Amino acid sequence: MKILTANFVQCTVKACGSSPDCFPLHFDQQTPDLPLELAHEDVDFSPEFICNVLPRIEWPALLTTARELGNAQLPDTKPDIENPNAPENEQLLRDLHALLLETQIIQGSMRCANCGHIYFIRDSIPNFLLPGHLVQ
Amino acid sequence: MSRPEISAPPEVFYSDIESKKYTSSSRIQHIQASMTLRALDVLALPPHQHILDIGCGSGLSGEILSQEGGHVWVGMDISPSMLAVALDRDVEGDLFLADMGNGVPFRAGTFDAVISISAIQWLCNADSSNADPRKRLARFFDSLYAALKRGGKVACQFYPRDESQTESILNAAKSAGFSGGLVIDDEESKKNKKYYLILTAGNVNSNDINLGGVKIDKSAVMRPKRAKKEESRKEYILRKKDLMRKRGKLVALDSQFTGRKRKPRF
Repeated sequence: MKILTANFVQCTVKACGSSPDCFPLHFDQQTPDLPLELAHEDVDFSPEFICNVLPRIEWPALLTTARELGNAQLPDTKPDIENPNAPENEQLLRDLHALLLETQIIQGSMRCANCGHIYFIRDSIPNFLLPGHLVQ
Repeated sequence: MSRPEISAPPEVFYSDIESKKYTSSSRIQHIQASMTLRALDVLALPPHQHILDIGCGSGLSGEILSQEGGHVWVGMDISPSMLAVALDRDVEGDLFLADMGNGVPFRAGTFDAVISISAIQWLCNADSSNADPRKRLARFFDSLYAALKRGGKVACQFYPRDESQTESILNAAKSAGFSGGLVIDDEESKKNKKYYLILTAGNVNSNDINLGGVKIDKSAVMRPKRAKKEESRKEYILRKKDLMRKRGKLVALDSQFTGRKRKPRF
């Protein structure tokens, strides 16, 4: 799962629906038999996509996720990019691209801060199937 | 060919063997590709969008999303075997093992568009004793509406079993707040007839959707609403009395005085 997707995914338990704590899901508690594993995967660089998706990114949540995954070097405020093709923005866009699209969470677990449900990620696929008692 | 929906739940039906067969069949590949292209054609998206693929399976439709316009996509499917095939094929999108009937697990305004090829008819089935298709449909469309940005678009190709399934899907979509309707391709052909549910969230100009001359069939919900506005006071009273009678309430009999104004001496 990409870091970008981790910035959008929220708890799917119905009771959590209106709670502000169900987003973002936290990576701070990992189980020993499923240690956190990250990988780098090359994706074609497209500055237009980054610019399209940047306004929708919740920056504080991204900071939390990055910190829990071991990266504390992000700026505190969301960078502002107006022109995707300007040369001075290129390095920033490439950094964002590498963080959001090329960093993959291969395995680990995500925790909902509201209900405490843990979602496991295996082979980079998070499991969002709920046990029967949480469905209703 | 019998319908897969009636033989088993999706995660059971698409087993390891069936998933491999499905993905390697060149006939299915061709049909899936042409339906995905058609759906993209209707949506008329600008390049580099963030798209959700519901029932992505082995990523046959996702592949096309990556190729056409360089979209970034997230796919969700309930069958682990299908997702395993997608992993083997090394698709570019993110994959989720999730049940669409429990809602899509994304926060508000995540996606520019949603695409779904041959999937949402599965929602009309109750695969376990505690599953209510109506509730699952409602939950699916409600969460889908939330996960789309305002002005987002949805194209779902599906195989309804009969008229009532189409209707329940349309009604669920409209009560979630979507506008739009059904586009039917190859209407005369029994075998190649294809249903596309085309929806928009929030206000979108109808020009933003490329219908290419086909008309969206909107009739499903518009009719009762208009009828309500035009009815007279007496008709309103009769309709409400009828409704209460149907619910088993004790209601006064209709007479010539029903819905009449009282004389001024009262």
